[in-house]
Amino acid sequence: MSIELKSNAPTGPIETRWDRHRFDMKLVNPANRRKYTVIMVGSGLAGGAGAAALGQLGYNVKCFCYQDSPRRAHSIAAQGGINAAKNYQNDGDSIYRLFYDTVKGGDFRARESNVYRLAQLSVNIIDQCTAQGVPFAREYSGLLDNRSFGGAQVSRTFYARGQTGQQLLIGAYQALEEQIGAGTVQMHSRTEMLELIIIDGHARGIVTRDMATGKIESHIGDAVVLATGGYGNVFYLSTNAMGCNVTANWRAHRKGALFANPCYTQIHPTCIPVGGEYQSKLTLMSESLRNDGRVWVPKKKEDCGKRPADIAEADRDYYLERKYPSFGNLVPRDIASRNAKDVCDEGRGVGPGGLGVYLDFADSIGRLGKAKVSERYGNLFQMYERITGEDPYSTPMRIYPAIHYTMGGLWVDYNLMSNLPGLFVGGEANFSDHGANRLGASALMQGLADGYFVLPSTVANYVAKQAAEGKLTKADTSHPEVRKAEADVKARINKFLSIKGKRSPDAFHRELGLMVWEYCGMARSEEGLKTLLKKVPELREQFWSGVSVLGSGESLNQGLEKAGRVADFLEMAELLARDALDRKESCGGHFRVESQTDEGEAKRDDNNFQYVAAWEYKGDDKGPTEPVLHKEPLEFEYVKPSQRSYK
Amino acid sequence: MSELNIHLHVWRQAGPQVEGKFIQYQVTVTEHASFLEMLDILNEKLIEKSEEPIAFDSDCREGICGTCGFMINGVPHGPQSATTTCQLHMRTFKTGDEIWVEPFRARAFPVMRDLVVDRGAFDRIVQSGGFISVRTGSAPEANSVRIGKQDADTAFDAAACIGCGACVAACPNASASLFTSAKMGHLGLLPQGQPQRERRTIAMVAKMDEEGFGSCTNHRECEAACPKEISIAFIARMNRDFMRAKAKERPEKQISGPG
Repeated sequence: MSIELKSNAPTGPIETRWDRHRFDMKLVNPANRRKYTVIMVGSGLAGGAGAAALGQLGYNVKCFCYQDSPRRAHSIAAQGGINAAKNYQNDGDSIYRLFYDTVKGGDFRARESNVYRLAQLSVNIIDQCTAQGVPFAREYSGLLDNRSFGGAQVSRTFYARGQTGQQLLIGAYQALEEQIGAGTVQMHSRTEMLELIIIDGHARGIVTRDMATGKIESHIGDAVVLATGGYGNVFYLSTNAMGCNVTANWRAHRKGALFANPCYTQIHPTCIPVGGEYQSKLTLMSESLRNDGRVWVPKKKEDCGKRPADIAEADRDYYLERKYPSFGNLVPRDIASRNAKDVCDEGRGVGPGGLGVYLDFADSIGRLGKAKVSERYGNLFQMYERITGEDPYSTPMRIYPAIHYTMGGLWVDYNLMSNLPGLFVGGEANFSDHGANRLGASALMQGLADGYFVLPSTVANYVAKQAAEGKLTKADTSHPEVRKAEADVKARINKFLSIKGKRSPDAFHRELGLMVWEYCGMARSEEGLKTLLKKVPELREQFWSGVSVLGSGESLNQGLEKAGRVADFLEMAELLARDALDRKESCGGHFRVESQTDEGEAKRDDNNFQYVAAWEYKGDDKGPTEPVLHKEPLEFEYVKPSQRSYK
Repeated sequence: MSELNIHLHVWRQAGPQVEGKFIQYQVTVTEHASFLEMLDILNEKLIEKSEEPIAFDSDCREGICGTCGFMINGVPHGPQSATTTCQLHMRTFKTGDEIWVEPFRARAFPVMRDLVVDRGAFDRIVQSGGFISVRTGSAPEANSVRIGKQDADTAFDAAACIGCGACVAACPNASASLFTSAKMGHLGLLPQGQPQRERRTIAMVAKMDEEGFGSCTNHRECEAACPKEISIAFIARMNRDFMRAKAKERPEKQISGPG
């Protein structure tokens, strides 16, 4: 297959690109819209908002989620906030500045046109959500409040206590439920997509499993949208929800959709450390804690076992303040994370297993008083105490970095369409807007921009064009391609059930996660990545001969669900390692130890790596073989690449 | 790290139409594990013995998605107040404790398997009117309507509901009044929510009854069980809204369109 990666981004002045593009797109007559069916997989900010918006327009939408209700998609867990270039604080913000900050924050590995559109739409998102009744924080004046977030120099972050994701998702969910009630959206909860159906080169449908009854079904439409989130759970322990998985994306990838930049993963510096092998997930503590907490470890290894109160001030190493005097504890996420790893690798980590650093509020409590600290962070302190059983008012918190977000995803053009005609990808599931590193409070913005504003226009444009050109052949579930896809899904389920091994899918998942974290986590080396590329296929082989899936396929069977997801992670991990190996530079969340400055900071290589790495799947009956790399070169007309410095 | 020996009685039920019963298990677990991690450990042991693992719902495991929840010693989400099951840790218990685990019980929440119940009725209540209609892209400038901080904060207290269903499970009548009134309180306290307030109230109350939830008779168990501490003041507010909406209710005029 020869693949040409055309971004289809408009040219000309960046400020008018999206508006001109919208005018150039084809429309569907209101009376005709109900004749078109759009399949939406996922019900988070991108999927839920997209399904609601398409339903409002009058399209026939089928929406799917694995959770028991669309209100529970993982977007709900975002705490911090959502950026928008409203400039309500009159502190010099603008669409252009948000665009600029996002391109730079992404370490110059995102498409300028996409990022500008995102910044532009951020303003409409706040209007939309406020009108729906999303309870953003307000000032006594009754106007919307903002805060500065993630080191931004302007206050452009809108927030809803520590539950911004929840409130935005409930807004989208309510709009979605309204459409379900109106009959424009047909909702399928507890339903998992297990295969993509392609007919005559166009994505036309999906094969699903009803997780309550085990029923395998096919759904056919005119376009398929994947809004299925990220692949952070390839690391097993992450801040993602237990059910987050790469299966929908991976099934599409195996059918020809290119997977872009899988090595761009984001590690969040302030998570509660791993307590023991029993641990099932990691909990994020809002980054805002670094505003008032000081990060330190003991200077001497032998002090690590002592109680923190017994370590004298002179024996403490406030390493971020020491190394980065101007940013101190507020350095960007990737730098804070890597430094935590370094001090722990030196043997100076604290807590169980030596994988933790202190985040100490003693100074702030002394300066501001306990009441003020409690007002700012009370709910976070309470959450910490509930999980660890320690009181952060009297003893320093322990934190450690954890996987939190994945910038990579399926490759899409400016219309959010993959290289497979009719297959669209939105939100975290695509690769598009964050480059190599996502700024705080930008994920919610991207999910909603894609869902409410971009996809409804571009999907409509696609179906209108296809109809005009007579390209969408009539297809139903009796089509041979559908029958084949269904047969493949059933065969795979039977395979899982027939292995009858000894180890649970979770046990394999945990082992995979540990090795991916070890060799492809915060710091990556050629040697380590090559080791990983050897180990993953070995584990995959063990899985296919030794996994234990009990029960039957015809009922609620959580072991079977997990087995399918772990099987796909076992393939995806290999691509992650391969991409990380191929990208010899360091950039954003991807740190190659071979590419660092004299001071140990990430060193980009724009001459050789200023491109999007889009991988084409190759494989045989046994699984993936060597994938083929396609490159989309990146050009910067407006924001000129420069090296980031936080000294 | 101190280890606890726990004697569990877990409700096992193979499917919706099958009879269930309590099965006993012995688990040894660190006090730092969460309640769900304790069940994970037990499930791993069961799988090793080729016994089917216990089915239970959970997703975010940080108390925000509302997926998890079952009865622990007769209390939804267990003994710790303002805490979802996933945030409950074993240090709340003592070694040698006997713990009874069973699904939420309510006619409107049928058991699907073991500890998993179907809470689809909550979605249908929201469908009936739990929204503010706004066509995407046509919203007015966000700061054009000022909302007093007090109203905004109270609306927020109601909006904190995670839809877990603990309120229904705690109520002797299996009433969904706290859940439904929280949604009405959230939307009805905001100026944007006023035009649809009466329709919303009537529709949501009717739906709640239709789904088979019981009536509220002021036991206040819901409030005590709510992991987000939502106040029953919202139920009182819903009742007032309902009376007013019913008193003002009038048939809608059928007016034909242009042309």
